[in-house]
Amino acid sequence: MRLLDRFGRGTVDFFEYAGGLTLLGAESLGFLARLRIRVAETISQCAILGVQSLVIVTLTALFTGMVISLESAQQAVAYGFGGFVGGAVAYGSVRELGPMLTAVVVAGRVGSAIAAELGSMVVTEQIEALRSMGLQPARFLVVPRFLAMLLMLPLLTIFADVVAIVGGMWVAHTYAHISYDSYVSSVRQAIDMTDVIKGLLKTFVFATIIAMVGAYQGLSTRGGAAGVGVAVTGAVVISIILIFGSNFVLSFLLFG
Amino acid sequence: MANTALSAGRSKSIARLENVTLSFGDHIVLKDCNLDIVEGAITGIIGRSGAGKSTILRLIDGLLLPDRGHVYVRGEDVCHMNEEQLNQVRQKISLSFQFAALLDSLTVGDNVALPLREHTKLSEGQIRRAVRDALDSVGLIDAYEKLPAELSGGMLKRAGFARAIVTRPELVLYDEPTTGLDPIVTNLITDTILKLREKLEGTAVVISHDLPSIFAMADYVAMLFEGAIIAYGTAESIRDSRNPIVEQFLEGSEVGPIPI
Repeated sequence: MRLLDRFGRGTVDFFEYAGGLTLLGAESLGFLARLRIRVAETISQCAILGVQSLVIVTLTALFTGMVISLESAQQAVAYGFGGFVGGAVAYGSVRELGPMLTAVVVAGRVGSAIAAELGSMVVTEQIEALRSMGLQPARFLVVPRFLAMLLMLPLLTIFADVVAIVGGMWVAHTYAHISYDSYVSSVRQAIDMTDVIKGLLKTFVFATIIAMVGAYQGLSTRGGAAGVGVAVTGAVVISIILIFGSNFVLSFLLFG
Repeated sequence: MANTALSAGRSKSIARLENVTLSFGDHIVLKDCNLDIVEGAITGIIGRSGAGKSTILRLIDGLLLPDRGHVYVRGEDVCHMNEEQLNQVRQKISLSFQFAALLDSLTVGDNVALPLREHTKLSEGQIRRAVRDALDSVGLIDAYEKLPAELSGGMLKRAGFARAIVTRPELVLYDEPTTGLDPIVTNLITDTILKLREKLEGTAVVISHDLPSIFAMADYVAMLFEGAIIAYGTAESIRDSRNPIVEQFLEGSEVGPIPI
């Protein structure tokens, strides 16, 4: 009976969470559709959430591209396929690793920041103060962060794709003596604009996940500082799980 | 318990709680609670910690909805309003929070300007003038460009008052305005609330444990006990009340009907 009770509670909690997240998303999209946007705040959030993520995204993409190149170059040269290394790096980066790793890194940095900021605002009654002034937290706080993510994550991903390919090129050249021309030619053969666009389509879904989960976790914070900690952890864990899950579905739909 | 002033037909109610019951989980906070807020007066609500005083303010502001009963503001039942209608009502009411609840990313001036920027079509110059006027009313004109983190507890509360009054609301709700402040700042806050009432010619509800402060500013006082208003009247009548619960609370005695 206790097991059944726990299963029932878990199911209710799951649907409550999913429903709350959907409602917040719908409310935010409603404000976006009606162009009820705080432009200055959105620009500020683009800088905070996007531009300030550039260093960590660059480093992650650089090392990922270098590692793919290192592993594939070693094998490819041994079997006489050195000319395909650039393609391997570009193919993996543009279609999968670029969008997904950028999203995961940004979820860790930005999703947690959104949850922490909004969670702190809940426990210090700032959210309640906004509501008491007749201001909707979704429009006032969530929409600028959501829009900033929709604008910045694709840009970060393009940057990450380029950095990964360039990093891979440097390793392929210095480690496996693959010429730059051969590498670039392989990149051109392996991917086309459709791959880039499909990879970028994923980033809009990931941006929505990061912004909405972070905001919902923050706005659902209960208790004091401990509650904020729980909200932040939840934001990162849930975002990353949803990013991996949706990446599989999107890859299946777009490339399958 | 009916409000004496209203029963006698002398005054008009701006807000009314009618048979309100509200629970948080298993804990019943308000039980068939009735209260009228008299227009143009300061009503003080006293009661023990956790008695539900702040809950009453949040019910009036539509931030909480009762499980049962009705909450009327200007005769309209806020319990049946959608968020948009509630936001309209909230523009007539201002809630000043216990810890001010200023947005810590904005300067004091921008915090006070926020409701004007969001709800009015005033020019930036008009907004700046209104904000300066509100900050001047609470003696904080020099704090315009400061961040909330740079203010003391008393200054924060007064900045919260400035934000609450900048739209010239019909009803201002003060949640524990003097809690945690030294006696000098407490007097300053009490004087500020009285001054603001005169300036706005409006209605105020003040909840506090600080009895000297409540009796210094309130026209009417209500005592909340076990989820209901057990005593209501003019400040003098409550101070002289023979109700044993009120007597024990005002004396701060450990002996009496209030369980410790």
